[in-house]
Amino acid sequence: MLSIRDLHARIGARKILKGLDLEVRAGEVHAIMGPNGSGKSTLASVLAGRDGYEVTAGRVEYDGRDLLALAPEERARAGVFLAFQYPVEIPGVNNAYLLKAALNAIRRERGLPEVDAFEFLALVRGKMQLMQMDESFLNRGVNEGFSGGEKKRNEILQMAVLEPRLALLDETDSGLDIDALRVVANGVNSLRSPDRAVVLVTHYQRLLDYVEPDVVHVLYDGRILKSGDKSLALELERRGYDWVRQEAQVA
Amino acid sequence: MSTTTPDLDALVASKYRHGFVTDIESDTVPPGLDEDVIRLISRKKNEPQFMLDWRLKAFRHWLTMRQPDWAHVRIAPIDYQAISYYSAPKKKDGPKSLEEVDPKLLATYEKLGVPLHERARLAGVAVDAVFDSVSVATTFKEKLAQAGVIFCPFSDAVRNHPELVERYLGTVVPPADNFYAALNSAVFTDGSFVYVPKGVRCPMELSTYFRINAANTGQFERTLIVADEGSHVSYLEGCTAPMRDENQLHAAVVELVAETDAQIKYSTVQNWYPGDENGVGGIYNFVTKRGECRGPRSRISWTQVETGSAITWKYPSCVLTGDDSVGEFYSVALANHCQQADTGTKMIHIGRNTRSTIVSKGISAGRGQNTYRGLVKVLPSAEGARNYTQCDSLLMGDRCGAHTFPYMEIRNPTAIVEHEATTSKIADDQLFYCRSRGVSEEDAVNMIVNGFCKVVFKELPMEFAVEAQNLLSVSLEGAVG
Repeated sequence: MLSIRDLHARIGARKILKGLDLEVRAGEVHAIMGPNGSGKSTLASVLAGRDGYEVTAGRVEYDGRDLLALAPEERARAGVFLAFQYPVEIPGVNNAYLLKAALNAIRRERGLPEVDAFEFLALVRGKMQLMQMDESFLNRGVNEGFSGGEKKRNEILQMAVLEPRLALLDETDSGLDIDALRVVANGVNSLRSPDRAVVLVTHYQRLLDYVEPDVVHVLYDGRILKSGDKSLALELERRGYDWVRQEAQVA
Repeated sequence: MSTTTPDLDALVASKYRHGFVTDIESDTVPPGLDEDVIRLISRKKNEPQFMLDWRLKAFRHWLTMRQPDWAHVRIAPIDYQAISYYSAPKKKDGPKSLEEVDPKLLATYEKLGVPLHERARLAGVAVDAVFDSVSVATTFKEKLAQAGVIFCPFSDAVRNHPELVERYLGTVVPPADNFYAALNSAVFTDGSFVYVPKGVRCPMELSTYFRINAANTGQFERTLIVADEGSHVSYLEGCTAPMRDENQLHAAVVELVAETDAQIKYSTVQNWYPGDENGVGGIYNFVTKRGECRGPRSRISWTQVETGSAITWKYPSCVLTGDDSVGEFYSVALANHCQQADTGTKMIHIGRNTRSTIVSKGISAGRGQNTYRGLVKVLPSAEGARNYTQCDSLLMGDRCGAHTFPYMEIRNPTAIVEHEATTSKIADDQLFYCRSRGVSEEDAVNMIVNGFCKVVFKELPMEFAVEAQNLLSVSLEGAVG
């Protein structure tokens, strides 16, 4: 589904990604771990199409399409979703209004009829129960005055409603207490299906207690240094990242 | 930042939708202004003597005044002798009903979306449509008459209700108030007059659409709204003008009088021709709007959405004379391309426990310059006065400007005056957030801008809130994308 080959990217003069390779197949959940500054968030941003990142080499294919040639909204309509590490506040813009506009933009792309307000409400209510969110969230401004945990839940609610084929979660677990973490994990797990894929970018292994990954990667200095199964995450938790680097240098 | 700058440059692509000229023979006075022209205007309108005397007095004072230069705008010199001060569609008598109105005029209103026919009835909107200088059709007169509400062209009011006009005209904006008000007082041709009698709640929204059509004509309309004791009225004006290369002058005066316990809500959606992307043409909108809360517990609320005009110079104000009276000002002003807006309000607290609220939202895009200028004045008599002011500016791109000039003169120690101001750039990360959810860049801009303006839009009557949102979208078309 997602195929990244030798990806190089920089912000200004600073090189962040330095030859990253990654293969994600439908049905899989991948976790990308790594220390601060290793390029995790850059990877998520480049895949979603954020301005300010320059791809200097490499290819990214999504469903056989050149992902990097698409505008951010085209990527979203093609089924790519990024849960933001720091969701922005948009004062005065109704949370439900943005979500309904997004859903209908994606449905139009898929050749489906747009949902009206009633259908939307029915759909979103079900998802909100899953996320244990109060309905008042719908009528607040997008992320306006939300706590950190509320913002993260809102991201997962959007994901649950938009039903992406490829979900990228950028440190969605950071700053969450254990209850919120479970709720977020439930949201992610409910999305798992044979024709979808999830890429979790995370610092910590604790999210992986609830969302079991098929593959764990270690991102270090802009490249994937090591990949393994879920036991790798536990080992990283225990031993840190230095041994991975040393092992890679030896090899 | 690979795509941001050209995106914002594309802002300039937005086109003015009301740019058409109606081909109707006009009865236009040659350019120039002297006492003879004023006598001619007065005679053409069959005015009583007091009105002519009033005009002449204003004119003589105007001759002693200079065009103000304190606003944060650049104005090409205006030749007041090159303007024609009277233009009316040629017709012997005023039309008695819609059927008698020139179909071309009606088609013009149709294009503007003025709800004149059955649509109007359904929407519950009474329209006093001003075409250039003469009102051509007034609907709902009868229903209003049953309630005792007078809603008519200003010139009719001068003839049919001279006692009301003489009693109230110029009592809020005196003829010598300022340069443009004096000019208007001398040469005004038409406008609207509203009188809501004691205790009457006006049964519908009142609405006027103004439109400048003939070339080289100034439009000097005069509006007077009087809400007598305990009455309520909500009034909306919408403004558009066709495309012209030259700059046209629009110097209107609006006066509101709210007696004891009366409430007036005055909403404006202004979309005069803003000129082209290079600042050629466009309306000079130099308007004096002021309301007086004359009686205790009265309330005046101004809501304006200003998206048009090359230059806007406008400060809808409230004089809070009555004890416990309330003044409100809610404003959205957009300056795109080369537009310049210098707008705000004055809240003059005279009575005890008077309260005022100011919410101003300025949007600057292209090379637009947007200035908020506001005065909060608390006189020694205004024991317990309160004001809350909030001024927010939104910048799109890096060639526009936002300026805030809040003035405060507080001469009573019990007054509480609060001022909050923010300036923000339409954030790339907000745009990216919306786009990463599948929303197009243009829709995202509209969403963010409308969110920014929401507190003002919710003050508009509902059907016009939708129109204002659409207007803003049109005015920002291609803003990014």
